[in-house]
Amino acid sequence: MTVVALTRQNVVDFLYKEAKLLDEWKLKEWAALFTDDGTYKVPPIGKPEASPTESLFYVHDNRSRLQERAERLLKKEAHVEYPHSTTLRNYHNILVSGVESDVITVECNFTTHRTKREVLDTFVGKHKYEIVQQNGELAIKSKKVILHLDSLRPHGKISLIL
Amino acid sequence: MEELIRDNREKNEFLVHRSVFTDKEMLARERAEIFNKCWLFIGHETEVPEKGDYKRKKVGGRNLLLVHSQDGEIRALYNTCPHRGALVARESEGNSRVFRCFYHAWSFKNDGQLNGMPGKDGFPDDFNCDGEKDMKAVNRLESYRGFIFVNFDDQAISLDDYLGDAKEYIDLAADQSEAGLEVLGGVQEYSVRANWKLLAENSVDLYHGMPTHKTYFDIKQAQDPGLKRVKLEGRGKDLGNGHAVMEYVAPWGRPVAQWTPIWSEDLKQDMERMKEKLVERFGEERADRIANYNRNIIIFPNLVINDIMAITARTFYPSSPGYMEVSGYSLAPVGEDEEHRMARNNNFLEFLGPGGFATPDDNEALELCQEAYNNNEEVQWNDISKGMVRGEENAMATDELQMRSFWRQYKVRIEESMKKEVAQP
Repeated sequence: MTVVALTRQNVVDFLYKEAKLLDEWKLKEWAALFTDDGTYKVPPIGKPEASPTESLFYVHDNRSRLQERAERLLKKEAHVEYPHSTTLRNYHNILVSGVESDVITVECNFTTHRTKREVLDTFVGKHKYEIVQQNGELAIKSKKVILHLDSLRPHGKISLIL
Repeated sequence: MEELIRDNREKNEFLVHRSVFTDKEMLARERAEIFNKCWLFIGHETEVPEKGDYKRKKVGGRNLLLVHSQDGEIRALYNTCPHRGALVARESEGNSRVFRCFYHAWSFKNDGQLNGMPGKDGFPDDFNCDGEKDMKAVNRLESYRGFIFVNFDDQAISLDDYLGDAKEYIDLAADQSEAGLEVLGGVQEYSVRANWKLLAENSVDLYHGMPTHKTYFDIKQAQDPGLKRVKLEGRGKDLGNGHAVMEYVAPWGRPVAQWTPIWSEDLKQDMERMKEKLVERFGEERADRIANYNRNIIIFPNLVINDIMAITARTFYPSSPGYMEVSGYSLAPVGEDEEHRMARNNNFLEFLGPGGFATPDDNEALELCQEAYNNNEEVQWNDISKGMVRGEENAMATDELQMRSFWRQYKVRIEESMKKEVAQP
């Protein structure tokens, strides 16, 4: 296996691909971006470093649960997202560190808009990724979503994948 | 008087007029007759364990400050300066001996007593000798097994009498731990674009379990090859004063103490030991209820305690007929083993909360009800009759007795209000 020399642009393109898959509801393809030990987490608002035993997260998915999350959302019986909401994800201020190391860390701001039944909600915050190379491709080892909100009002839910 | 609830026991029919979900006048009546007179949950003792600990809380539309004062007492202060009204504590939580209003720098001890202000020479010597310039506390604050409630009606009956038969069910949840329960960090503050009473109904509604949460049960079945059929069976019970419970078996794991195949073999052995311990403490029958039965409890008007795949308490309050603010808590045994705690929290998040696999679908159901109530002019009544034909004493958990118990109390309180001039909508 050849390890390709990566540039920052490769990493940024990879993130844009992730955002696009989510906006297009290609959720199984999104889950496939993760490594076998990949995780997806949304810690409590205002406590990004909280311990998952002492605090209640919004999402604390291991690899199998993020797969379940993706597959659930594609079902007609995932009522909250049926018919699918329309979403638009923007990633900004992307900071890539350690592009030459085994684990690349990325931090970016995100703005995710979701509209359904003529109600538009906007989620804002930071994504923190650990990205690795796997079989010549990039893969997500961890994705942590740090919401920069006061509360989930008026959104009321995190039914989509942020 | 316009009829709002038709409770026809001869015909086995129970109807709720949909205007109660949309009418601003009804919300004004609810505020006056329900939220200003009933015991309302403010928080749990473990949220303010040390002297000086405080947490801001919105209860019954008020801005309160739950504080563990220096004298050891837990108080609910109105978070407003007695001087000119500004919000005093601005951080959502912390620890402090003193609260200081930034506007004119009046400061208060953490029991509310006025401590000082700049320019004292401008006030009389006996200023505040009657305590009128102290931060005011809610007069009625009482607790049961760590759950703290406030009541804005000084004449209200005691919390103990108010909870009545509901205490037995709070006990069944609290008895899971010898060391008591504690609230986890990260209380979930969310909302639903629907009337608050729809969440009260939904929280004690097992009838919706399969159709609304099929995707969750699909996942349960995939995790447990032994699970051929999802069984959600049990009893519904009216607990008086508008409180009600459903107690039932379900195919999910319970952290105390019903093992499920996604958990390790170690946990299985631990669960068996925990169950034995419960049998020693409470005998076989009660231990079986604590460990293997689930309970969804509605404490009238706006507290739900669900002792299910984890323990959650949620309270909610309407800011308009079509919008409520919800606070969701997770409770767990003090000193719970790390692996158990993780299993519990993963169990919680699989179903519950704004990011769970079930709660968002409930949210959607409630919002779709609210959205379609714009047909109220022509389609006027909700049907809550399920199970009446069996007789209320034979109600199953999947019947609607729990909701009728809520509505019967609502009817009593709102009918009282209907005799009066409408409160300001």
